[in-house]
Amino acid sequence: MKRSLVLGLSVLLTVSAVAARAQQEILNASYDISRELFADVNKAFVPAYKASGGGDVVIKQSHAGSSRQARSILEGLKADVVTFNQVGDIQILADSKLVAKDWSTKFANNSSPFYSVHSILVRKGNPKGIKDWADLAKPGVSIVQVNPKTGGNGRYAVLAYYAAGLHASGGDAAKARALTKKILANVVVFESGGRTATSTFTEREIGDVLVTFEAETLAFANAPGSTFEVVTPSVSVLSEFPVAVVEKVAKKRGTEAVSKAYLNFLYTPQGQEILAKNYYRPRNAEVAARYSSKLTPVKTVEVADTFGGWDKATADFFANGALVDVLLKEIAAERVN
Amino acid sequence: MPRPRVIPGFGLTLGTTLVFLALATLLPLGALVLKTSSLTWSEFWGYVSDSRAVSTYRVTVLAASAATVINLVLGVLTAWILVRYEFPGRRLLDAAIDLPFALPTAVAGIALATLTVPHGPVGALFTPFGIKIAYAFPGIILAMTFTSLPFVVRTVQPVLADLEPQLEEAAASLGAGPVTTFVRVILPELLPSILAGGTLGLVRSLGEFGAVVFIAGNLPFQTEISALLIYIRMDEFDYVGAAAIATIILAAALLLLVAMNILQARLYRRFHG
Repeated sequence: MKRSLVLGLSVLLTVSAVAARAQQEILNASYDISRELFADVNKAFVPAYKASGGGDVVIKQSHAGSSRQARSILEGLKADVVTFNQVGDIQILADSKLVAKDWSTKFANNSSPFYSVHSILVRKGNPKGIKDWADLAKPGVSIVQVNPKTGGNGRYAVLAYYAAGLHASGGDAAKARALTKKILANVVVFESGGRTATSTFTEREIGDVLVTFEAETLAFANAPGSTFEVVTPSVSVLSEFPVAVVEKVAKKRGTEAVSKAYLNFLYTPQGQEILAKNYYRPRNAEVAARYSSKLTPVKTVEVADTFGGWDKATADFFANGALVDVLLKEIAAERVN
Repeated sequence: MPRPRVIPGFGLTLGTTLVFLALATLLPLGALVLKTSSLTWSEFWGYVSDSRAVSTYRVTVLAASAATVINLVLGVLTAWILVRYEFPGRRLLDAAIDLPFALPTAVAGIALATLTVPHGPVGALFTPFGIKIAYAFPGIILAMTFTSLPFVVRTVQPVLADLEPQLEEAAASLGAGPVTTFVRVILPELLPSILAGGTLGLVRSLGEFGAVVFIAGNLPFQTEISALLIYIRMDEFDYVGAAAIATIILAAALLLLVAMNILQARLYRRFHG
């Protein structure tokens, strides 16, 4: 009796230990508008991982503004991998030793398996005749975008306006500043996150244009029964979607291997195909060529080249008292007078 | 012989209360002040007197005050009909009053915004008059009114229920008209509870975040509230800056609550002393 109990218990323990190893679980902390994307990725990754001998894995998702996710992880959220839309938000985690110092070299393409650009969503028929960024500066155009102070999405929008100004004037910073100011003066809503900005524009019918990631504008314009069109601007800022393993968490939970495999999966032709289907721009040339009719080629500038990297861009544009604050203050002052 | 007490031991009760208060309120508030105290006075002043911060105080205080005035009128009226009238659905209405407390504020904000945008079912009624509610200042007032309505109703309701109808009958028999009866007999009795409910509502509105950010539009210097600016500072990983502005809101709320307590004590003495 006693022996069989001991035997039963040990069998139970062994079984649960095997189950624990076989059934792994990782949490992917991601940005706000990637719900559909990672739902597709996870669906494909789970069988692929099992086929490669990795065992069963459950992937949990958490979505919020990328900076907020970074803060949650700093404050104790146990995420195994991060898939963000801002390099700075991973850098903060690296500074706190949660992520490897050299995280950006751990995976190809600066650890950014895909990219996007900011584009413009307008109402069907394009009633305001928007063709490029400069048209957003016209009087009477109302813009919905994410608050550049609270979301990477909004920061890319501002950098795109500025880059368009530089591009049109052959690099004249004063002209770029003037264009950015004119466009920001036409913003009617600074939404708190990417998805709320989209629903404000699409469902609540606020604004003539929505400025957000192309992955979002194309998804909504191509949805069945859509009443929207995408305007792909002549130039835009390449937005990286950096990924990293949160090593401190993964090490502790023994999920390093599966976390790494998960992020590597994004680089495989299968993963790249899923990304492209979700209107993100793939790095894989073959997949990119196949989707070039959907993802119109666009001239991109990189934050690293044009704006001296994210640290400098943040200090110049988005920090407390930097350009965005100054421009918004000027706009408010001029509106009163 | 001392009177027997229902709850045992003054020492035990006071101790429990103080420990709970310390853990639930003083500890986080203390941490907030501690965070702020790492700033020098001039740095602190720099954060809290920045023109953008000052404009958020203006937006927040103006909207919260407007919401409170609306709630005082609507709240007393609602309490009045709930106590004084029997009508079908009274219990349902009574229960519904607390819904704003139960509803996540973000949901409230999104729902109100959807209703009051220019093409929305409610917003469309105002559009012909050129009135914008969602993504404009009135939207902030609306969100604050919604989330703080229960306070006035719930503080006035029990006092009104306890008010003896004989008082009004006596006033009427002495020749007072309805207006005089209300102003000189009923209102003085209700005033302390109206004040208490109004202050709680005002303080709540000053700190409201979730409902407001989804309907405000968040344009700096126009529709940006202090709670959002605190959030923005946190997103810049500037925790001290966030704490500095939060301290101002906290101080304003504390001042209001203390002032209300003093005023209430005075009123009580005046009418009952």
